Amino acid sequence: MTKLKKIGKIKFGLLSPQEVRKMSVTKIITADTYDNDGFPIEMGLMDPRLGVIDPGLRCRTCGGRPGECPGHFGHIELAAPVIHIGFAKLIKKILQATCRKCGHLLLDEEAKKKYQDEIKGLKKIGRSTDYLIKDVFKNSVKIGVCPHCGEEQKNIKFEKPTTYMEEGHKLMPSDVRDRLEHIPDDDVELLGIDPNNARPEWMILTALPVPPVTARPSITLESGQRSEDDLTHKLVDIIRINQRFQENREAGAPQLIIEDLWELLQYHATTFLDNEVSGVPPARHRSGRPLKTLSQRLKGKEGRFRGSLSGKRVNFSARTVISPDPNLDIDEVGIPLEIAREMTITMNITPQNIKECKEYVRRGADRHPGANYVKRLDGQRIKVTDKNSEELAEALELGWKIDRQLKDGDVVLFNRQPSLHRMSIMAHKVKVMPNKTFRLNPAVCPPYNADFDGDEMNLHVPQTEEARAEARILIAVEENLLSPRFGGPIIGGIHDHITGLFILTRGTTLFDENDALELLRKSHVRDLEKPAMHENDKPYWTGKQIFSLILPKGLNLTYRAKACENCDVCKKSECKMDAYVVIKDGRLLCGTIDEKAIGAFSGGVLDRIIKEFSPAEGKKFLDNATRLAIRAITHFGFSFGIDDEDIPQEAQSQIDEIMMEAEKQVKRLIEAYEAGELDALPGRTIDETLEMKIMEELGKARDQAGNIASQHLGLENSAVAMATSGARGSMLNLTQMSTCVGQQSVRGERITRGYDGRTLPHFKKGDLGAAAKGFVKSSYKTGLCPTEFFFHAIGGREGLVDTAVRTSQSGYLQRRLINALLDLEVKYDGTVRDTRGLIVQFKYGEDGIDPSKSDYGKSVNVRRIIQNITGQDPAEV
Amino acid sequence: MKKFNVRDHEIVPEHVIISKKDVEALLVKYSITKEQLPKIKSADPVCKEIDAKSGDVVKITRNSPTAGKSIAYRLVVG
Ligand SMILES: [Mg+2]
Ligand SMILES: [Zn+2]
Ligand SMILES: [Zn+2]
Ligand SMILES: [Zn+2]
Repeated sequence: MTKLKKIGKIKFGLLSPQEVRKMSVTKIITADTYDNDGFPIEMGLMDPRLGVIDPGLRCRTCGGRPGECPGHFGHIELAAPVIHIGFAKLIKKILQATCRKCGHLLLDEEAKKKYQDEIKGLKKIGRSTDYLIKDVFKNSVKIGVCPHCGEEQKNIKFEKPTTYMEEGHKLMPSDVRDRLEHIPDDDVELLGIDPNNARPEWMILTALPVPPVTARPSITLESGQRSEDDLTHKLVDIIRINQRFQENREAGAPQLIIEDLWELLQYHATTFLDNEVSGVPPARHRSGRPLKTLSQRLKGKEGRFRGSLSGKRVNFSARTVISPDPNLDIDEVGIPLEIAREMTITMNITPQNIKECKEYVRRGADRHPGANYVKRLDGQRIKVTDKNSEELAEALELGWKIDRQLKDGDVVLFNRQPSLHRMSIMAHKVKVMPNKTFRLNPAVCPPYNADFDGDEMNLHVPQTEEARAEARILIAVEENLLSPRFGGPIIGGIHDHITGLFILTRGTTLFDENDALELLRKSHVRDLEKPAMHENDKPYWTGKQIFSLILPKGLNLTYRAKACENCDVCKKSECKMDAYVVIKDGRLLCGTIDEKAIGAFSGGVLDRIIKEFSPAEGKKFLDNATRLAIRAITHFGFSFGIDDEDIPQEAQSQIDEIMMEAEKQVKRLIEAYEAGELDALPGRTIDETLEMKIMEELGKARDQAGNIASQHLGLENSAVAMATSGARGSMLNLTQMSTCVGQQSVRGERITRGYDGRTLPHFKKGDLGAAAKGFVKSSYKTGLCPTEFFFHAIGGREGLVDTAVRTSQSGYLQRRLINALLDLEVKYDGTVRDTRGLIVQFKYGEDGIDPSKSDYGKSVNVRRIIQNITGQDPAEV
Repeated sequence: MKKFNVRDHEIVPEHVIISKKDVEALLVKYSITKEQLPKIKSADPVCKEIDAKSGDVVKITRNSPTAGKSIAYRLVVG
């Protein structure tokens, strides 16, 4: 292990004006930067002693070349003191807590002593003294007369951003500084400031450090004109005003003008430090763009901390829109030719690959799997062009390197933000394709949480053998089929994959040889088994048989499909929903394949194959299953239209009756409530009881209406097929479309607010009826009436707000957790330790189990083991 | 008010102070110094109950639904 260096201590303090001058290599007095010949002016903002940025020159202070010289500070002597904006609030608190005349803290000696002792005690045991300091400030402000000199204290008001008013009289920064200077060191300590490292008067600037040029490099535009950094612009402003202030004061200008200039100097010093202070108009560039000054360089997502230190930009990466391609393997990614030509892998030329390398170089940059650069032993990089490709290919020698273009089979990392779990980055194999989007198999959408409504994804090309090995062994899609979150498959069939296999395997659908082979055309299966039956001498196969062909031999599984209605006594293979699934030795004997078989998150068959055979077998199964499903769904055809929501007239009248009955029931409840005959439920008020009963009544009505509707919509209805197979949508969605949308709610209650005593002016005050409180009787198909539409919008808005709030909150939580846990490591002895070797857990997770290798969180599946040994499911015996 | 022993509560795991010899063995087993152990305050109700003093090492045996029993050690501090 590398020896870790320990940080002894970190000291925070303020720079005193003396320190500023001491560390300064020169005073800056002139706002001009370069003279007419383009040389930097001495004692100007680009003084050569401040460091070098121009190549070829040497620093006048340290003699270093650009890159070696860290840069050196200068300073500006301010003609008048100004407030440091970062401390404006603290200055106010200190002014209020100390005497205006003698500068002592306004507490009497006894109280001071008490606080001093307590603080000393806390510091000794290394605890925070924050709450005590807060107390000191709070108690001092209250005192009206100084206990040390008897001076009556005046009320100090702070006007943002930098003005202090003492009973109508303005305190100039110089007055403030005088007062702060008078505070004795002992009292400073009680204010939470270490007087050795920070005297309060240093919060008022008298000498301003000028950052070295290396921190504000100027750039030369193509036109030869120099363009200065924002900080330099700001410093120019400060120097100009500083000079003017000085001249005016020396000339004896009227107080009014002096104060104006002082104010202006304050403005420039403030915006130099922070250009986003509330109440201060931001300093702007000539173009109108606000300047990026010191604070802006550090703050926020793009700031130094989050942008440059915890996050960095990388080369060898690409980003574009994604689109689906079910013909790709799940571990492939389709890459546009244009991107493949741009992105390279560095190959070291060895005796084994020199022939191959020569071929790449010969092809050059324009013919696809070619090479873009050749790097010679002396480090020289040569671009491969049309003209030199032949010549370079011949010149190749062992030990040289070539930058070879991406080609089929290379491993790349594929990623979609927000990268919330480890499956957000997986290694795919390249497949170079025409057109401009990344293509991926829709089965890998769940781990990335991707869809194709314009989502973009990133791609990174690993550059070393080690990185590629790690990508293949640890990050490959195949290795991430199971989620460490719940120990089940996170990659699996979605939407059409599920519908397709559902309609293929449901009941006994027969296919002739041609159709059967056509369905299996894109899978790896080449031979059909014995046909299920013959008719007119023609062989026929069932859908279940065809699906069985892609199952591995030796797979045994019994479970209940999603369509199972949990009958009291399961009729097993006689189930009328065909929901009792039996797989014996890789043959689907009965039951229907649905979400619970191959779906992401819940696919039981997929889960078993991965765990009992191998991830590779699982991947193969998924590739075959998705292709078979797509072929099946296109074979049968599958569509959904508005007439799928049609319900027969008699059903409609039944539904209308239910609705009317429900409304009557609600009316009755309200009448009972108004007559005072309603009994309160235990623990509820009468009002709450009424609300609950009405909600219950209306909910029941919608469910009943939904049931009637679904009785008339069979599995031949596409929406029903999708809902029962778990492919997409639910019966509730269908009910809402065809029958009744139902009660709209805000925070789980009926809508109550909006207008004076009612929800909308369309209703009478105090109306408690169904319609007046957001019950939507219409269906989406019939359309909503205006009041219903409005209530629907209210209910819908709540959902949007919830998601917005949840994502921002969980995002912040995630960031904090990551920062806290990021360098914990599971060591070879099974312990979890931090970088200091401090043990966090003696065994990972206290049980040493990798949840992605577990069986839905359990370390062993006893039932499964018994079943494998005895050949019988213990639950069925 | 009736006092009760926190150790009698079912969700409070078993805490035992281990001997000097066992501590040595533990440190050798994980090749660590005492300071690299997780900590527990001497003011912790359990520590008060078993009279663990600063510098002692306690062995904690927890019940785990997946591992049966899981064992951890903590250094008593403060
Ligand atoms: Mg999207
Ligand atoms: Zn230098
Ligand atoms: Zn005083
Ligand atoms: Zn059943």
